[in-house]
Amino acid sequence: MKKFTKIASLALTAVMAATCLAGCGAGSSTSGSASEDKKVIKIGGIGPLTGAAAIYGQAVKNGAEIALDEVNAKGDLKFELKFEDDENDAEKAVNAYNNLKDWGMQVSMGTVTTQPCIAVSAESNSDGMFALTPSASAPDVVKDKDFMFQMCFSDPNQGVASAKYIKEQNLGEKIAIIYNNSDVYSTGIYQKFTSEAQNQGLNVVCVKTFTDDSANDFTSQLNEIKAAGADLVYLPIYYTPASLILTQAKKMQYEPKFFGVDGMDGILTLEGFDKSLAEGVMLLTPFTADAQDEATKSFVKKYNEKYKETPNQFAADGYDVVNAIYEACKKAGITGDMTSEEIGKKLVDTFTSADFKIDGITGTGMTWSKDGEVSKEPKGMVIKNGAYVGM
Amino acid sequence: MNKTRKLSKFTLTNIKCYGMIIVAFAVLYPMLKMNMISNKISGLLIPICAYIVMAISLNLTVGFLGELSLGHAGFMSVGAFSGVITVACMQSGLPAPVKLLAAIIIGGIMAGILGLIIGIPVIRLKGDYLAIVTLAFGEIIKNIINCLYIGVDGSGLHFSMKSAEALNLSDGKIILNGPQGAVGVSKIATFFAGVLLILFALFVVLNLVNSKTGRAVTAIRDNRIAAESVGINITKYKLTAFIISAVIAGMAGALYGLNFSTIAAKKFDFNTSILILVFVVLGGMGNIPGTIIATTLLYMLPEMLRQFSDYRMLIYAIVLILVMLATNSPRAKVFANKIVGIFKKNNETDGEGDVSNG
Repeated sequence: MKKFTKIASLALTAVMAATCLAGCGAGSSTSGSASEDKKVIKIGGIGPLTGAAAIYGQAVKNGAEIALDEVNAKGDLKFELKFEDDENDAEKAVNAYNNLKDWGMQVSMGTVTTQPCIAVSAESNSDGMFALTPSASAPDVVKDKDFMFQMCFSDPNQGVASAKYIKEQNLGEKIAIIYNNSDVYSTGIYQKFTSEAQNQGLNVVCVKTFTDDSANDFTSQLNEIKAAGADLVYLPIYYTPASLILTQAKKMQYEPKFFGVDGMDGILTLEGFDKSLAEGVMLLTPFTADAQDEATKSFVKKYNEKYKETPNQFAADGYDVVNAIYEACKKAGITGDMTSEEIGKKLVDTFTSADFKIDGITGTGMTWSKDGEVSKEPKGMVIKNGAYVGM
Repeated sequence: MNKTRKLSKFTLTNIKCYGMIIVAFAVLYPMLKMNMISNKISGLLIPICAYIVMAISLNLTVGFLGELSLGHAGFMSVGAFSGVITVACMQSGLPAPVKLLAAIIIGGIMAGILGLIIGIPVIRLKGDYLAIVTLAFGEIIKNIINCLYIGVDGSGLHFSMKSAEALNLSDGKIILNGPQGAVGVSKIATFFAGVLLILFALFVVLNLVNSKTGRAVTAIRDNRIAAESVGINITKYKLTAFIISAVIAGMAGALYGLNFSTIAAKKFDFNTSILILVFVVLGGMGNIPGTIIATTLLYMLPEMLRQFSDYRMLIYAIVLILVMLATNSPRAKVFANKIVGIFKKNNETDGEGDVSNG
């Protein structure tokens, strides 16, 4: 008898738990669609809001929210943005994507960081949902995916562009590289840079690596680079390790030219970093906060007012993504009562059409090819007196 | 009445474990097929299956063998990557279930071989020392996979530790691209396969624990010297349990890896090992049904807390602390026993209350 009750209670609990789960899922999706205004187009964003990469996700979210307010104020189309946390983890990002689908997302902002974006873009592509990532830059993000587009340069483009730029401007005779070989972004740029450097006849004398776990001390790498006599150090890395490299190079009185990529953007706003160390550092970036055009000025002003800090490139990417989606939706005549598949098809057609151009704050005259990569010109910047100045 | 009372603890655990999984499957599967489950839940099903198998596997090491392993994600990682490579090398004409089965088997074998290699030095240690060494091995595995490049073309597999260019592929494809991990994985893992894998892991672990080997293993855990004095070969039994645990972890890894279109070695770090350890500790050392429930709840919790946005992980941590306190404080135990006792008294006239069995 006891056995039966036990089994029965067990079975009942399992059934209850299962129905409970299913119930809450189904319940939330119906209530979501019923309570919302039919006209609203729902944009879903995913990025790291917690964890080590939180600064990027937060910046994109902030930038996108500013653009959203502007776009909604225009009144012809109404958008709603929901931003989910993925902790810079592919598994969590897919969970976040599924969550957003339950919420009723119709257009995706992809994800902020690369690895999660590769996982999520596979999902959104098979769902036929249009996605435009602000900052996931690896070529694998858009490769073989018709519905996936990028707002940032792809890594190979950056590597190639840097090598060309260094050659054209004749910035260095002997080049050394420090890159993070546990990072997709850094490795991707490094690989393309070295192959392009060979084409350009640049002399790479020393290549040093580090990993996320060993990003605290660079003295041994710097010593070897110094011994190799490099006069230009190429840093295809994010700004946190770059700031340490600059500090430690200064301490050992080694003063070559430093050349960075867009991940270096943000070094001037890093807390506790002595800006004078970054004097003369060059970097390629699509956005600078002190550019003098009207769009950038107004964006920086609004960002400052709302979040009390200077926007970095990620915030600008987020801003441009929402604006690009808005322009495309307007052009394609998209309304909020369409399904994500219908919107997806129309947006892809619009984005790849020849006459679709976006003037944003990360580039002017941006166009997209069928493979999803953006075409725009990188800007060479140099840090002078604690601010970016165009080269 | 007396007959049912004689149901051994082993049978009861079996009924609980298999029953729980089968009932959950029987309810969820038709709902999944009829699209009655939200995207959120259906996306979580396969990872939950993989983590349940991982937790069962770790419970064998931690709960029954009594040794703290902090590098279990390493085995998962080896299983995941060998599974992904297996699928990438197989002909595209084969049906997905065959590929998945092959991937899981090869993932298990590779993790088992690694378990043997690691086990030989590690198993000679005990306690804290063993924990530290497994931790180190987990990191070593992660770092090796991080700089491994593997590609496949007409002439077979190519390996390199340098770069993707050094593979010299003639019109093949890169499977594993160093720190970028595997990209373009065909997602062939299914919920059905996940449930089958859980049942397989349960079958192996539950029967092992109830066998002669299992009793030897628990004897070593309870008193190593006494076990040795009655002639139990400590190294042999410890190694057996360790390798079986590694094989199951490898299988879970293969299932996990084939559920995402990309995986990187970074995912299988110290944090993942600890996460699985948390599942095991909360579920109860040596308590398999508890482990299954704890894994499911703890894995779903952060996803259920998404509405709290920024405070999500804080709430998760607080819940974790409260649950650990509630399940482990003596007072809470007395309280729980009392409640269980009340129910028992209703069922039984004698009510002698062997409560810990419930």
